[in-house]
Amino acid sequence: MKALVAIKRVIDFNVKIRVKADGSGVETENVKMSMNPFDEIAAEEAIRLKEAGVVDEIIAVSIGNAAAQDVIRTALAMGADRGILVQSENEVEPLAVAKILKFVVGRENPGIVILGKQAIDDDANQTGQMLSALLGWAQGTFASKVEIVDGGARAQVTREIDGGLETISLKMPAVITTDLRLNEPRYASLPNIMKAKKKPIDTISVSDTGVDASPRLEIIKVEEPPQRTAGIKVDSVAALVEKLKNEAGVI
Amino acid sequence: MAILLIAEHDNKILKPATLNAATAASELGACGMGDVCVLVAGHDCASVADEATKINGITKILLADSAQYQNALAENMAPLIVELAKDYDAIIAPATTSGKNILPRVAALLDVQQISEITKIISNDTFQRPIFAGNAIATVKSLDGKKIITVRTTAFAAAGSDGNGIVEEISTGDDFGLSSFVRDELTKSDRPELTSAKIIISGGRGMGSAENFKLLDAVADKLNAAIGASRAAVDSGFAPNDYQVGQTGKVVAPELYIAVGISGAIQHMAGMKDSKVIVAINKDSDAPIFQVADYGMVADLFDVLPELAKALE
Repeated sequence: MKALVAIKRVIDFNVKIRVKADGSGVETENVKMSMNPFDEIAAEEAIRLKEAGVVDEIIAVSIGNAAAQDVIRTALAMGADRGILVQSENEVEPLAVAKILKFVVGRENPGIVILGKQAIDDDANQTGQMLSALLGWAQGTFASKVEIVDGGARAQVTREIDGGLETISLKMPAVITTDLRLNEPRYASLPNIMKAKKKPIDTISVSDTGVDASPRLEIIKVEEPPQRTAGIKVDSVAALVEKLKNEAGVI
Repeated sequence: MAILLIAEHDNKILKPATLNAATAASELGACGMGDVCVLVAGHDCASVADEATKINGITKILLADSAQYQNALAENMAPLIVELAKDYDAIIAPATTSGKNILPRVAALLDVQQISEITKIISNDTFQRPIFAGNAIATVKSLDGKKIITVRTTAFAAAGSDGNGIVEEISTGDDFGLSSFVRDELTKSDRPELTSAKIIISGGRGMGSAENFKLLDAVADKLNAAIGASRAAVDSGFAPNDYQVGQTGKVVAPELYIAVGISGAIQHMAGMKDSKVIVAINKDSDAPIFQVADYGMVADLFDVLPELAKALE
């Protein structure tokens, strides 16, 4: 079966973001961009399923401007077979992303779609669930273990939940969203980075998908959160306990 | 019209997160959105519905009691909520793993762009929510007819319990057979829940091992504290996943947060920087955690923890 992996280009997780002075958003000029970390885990999981003989082709899809090709190339260098860039100059909200991915699913007919559980820019945590709903498929969100069983008819997914872990069984095809402990993504080797340059990337536009991607959320403003300031240093346990009791009054 | 709040529970008792979301729902109601009803969908969960009658500000509890809701599988829960949605202007759930799992599925089926993890209600269509791990706060206005919202529970107080809502049993939907529950492995603990604890002590990579991580127990016992962990500690296998505090783990805001051997990665701070008082214990005086700590102690945690446990006796 084919696996479709959805990946997003975001500000690198190590970058301390800066809010634009005019309150319109976050500064992205001259800022290091990378593949969303959860999407790297998604790509890695698809590659492991291919190595296990469960998946025979991996398609990496990204929605964004031309620069989003970079993260597709990264996925190709990790081991995806080909890429699809759905080009958009504007930010696309999760619901529209899910609709566009549904279009791609209709064209490619994958047996499994794997996505990161959330993008670390908008922190929405919606797209996988929405895609699953639009397709009428089962969803295995926040996955820490994925096993394809019954000859590909079902997926057994262990999920990270608030109280611990939960295992569910999904009818295939299914949508999986990845949590941190699913796997540790590999680094692309130099030969594989060179090979990835020859792998095909098909570019289409949002209008080709027939999806109305106009925003449903109007951003009124983006601002810095209230900052905490460093307090004092204490030099002994006795001093710490005294401060917590008598100054802060929290114990 | 009205607001529908999705209750979270284990078929026996209501999860506290529901009470925080209830406060957000009532605030939205006060913006002219009308009464707040609660959906309790589960199996043999009448006791939960009873408990929900006492939530302040709730007029009606819709009880959907049937086997296919026992484990709150999104594939069965979402169609039930979608069916009810025609009578509501807003659907609200706490931003727990369960709420995050179910609500986007509801939103997509209703063709609504969900607003995730709101921290403030400005009006009946405008909300604040953190983005970029809480390093920016976005104010967003929803242009959709219905509002579908998850609530960051630490941003809203828990609703009181002198309500007198009435329970109405509703007809239940199908088991769509897309997914089934296999098992769960829940962390058993007599300690308070991480997201509602007044005091939390968390360990990081500096704890060194799962064995050493237990050094936190003695202090936690004295303070009746919950125990948390940084992502590094969980990734290293020192602590289970449900201990993780951070951007992608649990967001907490206790009265007192004690960070032990935690350097203070951006994604960890996203989960705890709204705590009232923060204590950092770390031997690296340059650790970023000290920039947000009210009380910092540059010292070896292996010396400090036993001493702290003793001092609290």
